[in-house]
Parts: sequence; C-alpha cells; structure tokens
Amino acid sequence: MTDNLGYLFAAYTAVWLGIFFYVRRLARRGQELEDEVRELRRRVEG
Amino acid sequence: MRRLDDVLPWATLAAMLVAQWLIFVVVPTEAQMGIVQRIFYFHVPVAWAAFLCFFVVAGASAVYLWKGSETADRLALASAEVGVLFCTLVLITGPIWARPIWGVWWTWDPRLTMTVILWAIYAGYLMLRAFGGDDASTARYAAVLGIIGVLDIPVIRVSVRLLQGIHPAVLTNRQGGSGLTDPTMRATLYVSALAMLLLAWWLVALRMRTARLETTLRALRRQLESREGAVA
Repeated sequence: MTDNLGYLFAAYTAVWLGIFFYVRRLARRGQELEDEVRELRRRVEG
Repeated sequence: MRRLDDVLPWATLAAMLVAQWLIFVVVPTEAQMGIVQRIFYFHVPVAWAAFLCFFVVAGASAVYLWKGSETADRLALASAEVGVLFCTLVLITGPIWARPIWGVWWTWDPRLTMTVILWAIYAGYLMLRAFGGDDASTARYAAVLGIIGVLDIPVIRVSVRLLQGIHPAVLTNRQGGSGLTDPTMRATLYVSALAMLLLAWWLVALRMRTARLETTLRALRRQLESREGAVA
C-alpha cells in the first residue's frame, strides 16, 4: 500500500511548487510595477 | 475591502492547515486504491477552483462587454490566469494518480480530453491578452473567448456518465449514487475544496492588484509621452 507513496509525494509537491512559483512571480512583478509607478509619478509631478 | 485583503491570506492558511491535517492524519486509506487515492483530496478541489475561476472569467467578461467596466476586465484576466494555473495542476496531478491505478500516464478519455481543450482555450485567452496589445478590441475579443470557453465545463461534468469515460466520478457514481461513501472522506474533500477556493480567491485578488498597477503605469506613460511631445 505504501508502494505508491512516491506518486502521492510527487502530486503534492507539484501542486505546492506550482502555487509557490506563481505567488513568487506575482510578488516580484508587483514590486517591479510599484517601483516603476513611483518613478513615473515623480517624473510626471517633477 | 482593505480588511478583507488582510484577513484572506490568514483564512486561507488556516483552512489549508486543517485540510492537510485531515488528508494526511485523519482520513482513512481507501481499500482498493490505497494511499494514492489521497491525491483526490487536492486534485478534485484544484479542478473545482479552476472551473469556478473560468465561470468568473465568463461572468466578468459579460459585464465588460455590457458595461465596459475596466474592473470587470481585470477580474476576467486575473481569474483566467489563476484558472489556467489550477487547470495545469489538474493535468499534472491526474496522470500522477492514473499511472499506478490505470497503468498509464494518460488516456484520451472524454473527461481528460475535454479538460485539455478547456486548458487550451484559456491558455489561448492569456496569449491573446499578452500579445494582442492593450487596446479595447483585444479585450473585447478575449471577453468573447472567455464566455465561449466556459461552455466546455458542463461537457466535462456530464462526460463521465454520458460519454462512458473511464475517469472516476468522485461525488456521484455513474448510477447517480455516492462516489465517496465514507463521511470522513467527504468532509475532507469539502474542507480541502474550501481551502482551495480561498487560495484561488486570494491569488485572483493579488493578480488584480498587479493588473491595477499595470493600468496606472500605462496611464502615467501616456501622460509623460504627451507632455514630452508638447515640450518638443
């Protein structure tokens, strides 16, 4: 019964890795956009 | 709204922890499939979350076409992206379950085939949004695609019973009876589904925030270009 533990582990890892990388990508992109918006606001107002 | 944004990640985390405890500690091991059946408790909720995301895409797209609401357009885009992520995870975890149970990684069963088509439709939607430019006509074409794509979901739903596929029916079997008879198994599936829906909601909220920033950035660029043009 525990022979298939590797499959359970693989499926579980795939789900969490997929979600982790997506959240990380969103966080990075959000930070980049915030920096760019701040810079452009400074130029528009300056 | 601000308060909900603060609460949502913690509610998601709490629901996820309870779901993991149920999946790996509480729920009994299924007699025929063994431990690999536990894949169901995240494979099925991820599929439900993906379907819900695609319904949101269709609904928000309809609102965008009707009212021209930019918020609805951003909601459609964010939900499509999260839906495609979840649908990808469904297409990865499904074959991992199928290999020890069916003896093959993949078979062109009606439900599997229709799920691949669903994934391709919304992947196409994202490509259109990414490479079609950011004008209103691209958003309108994407909205139409987002509405048409959702028609695939009822086909996936009935394909197990009507098209005689081999994919198991988890909640109801082919005769209309219950697919998961054990109450603990059903409770685990529902808690896991709640956790996954909260996660999807949080991810959509995060993606919408990014989309709002992209809109602000485009407006600022236009403002700067027109000012520099006027100076020149």
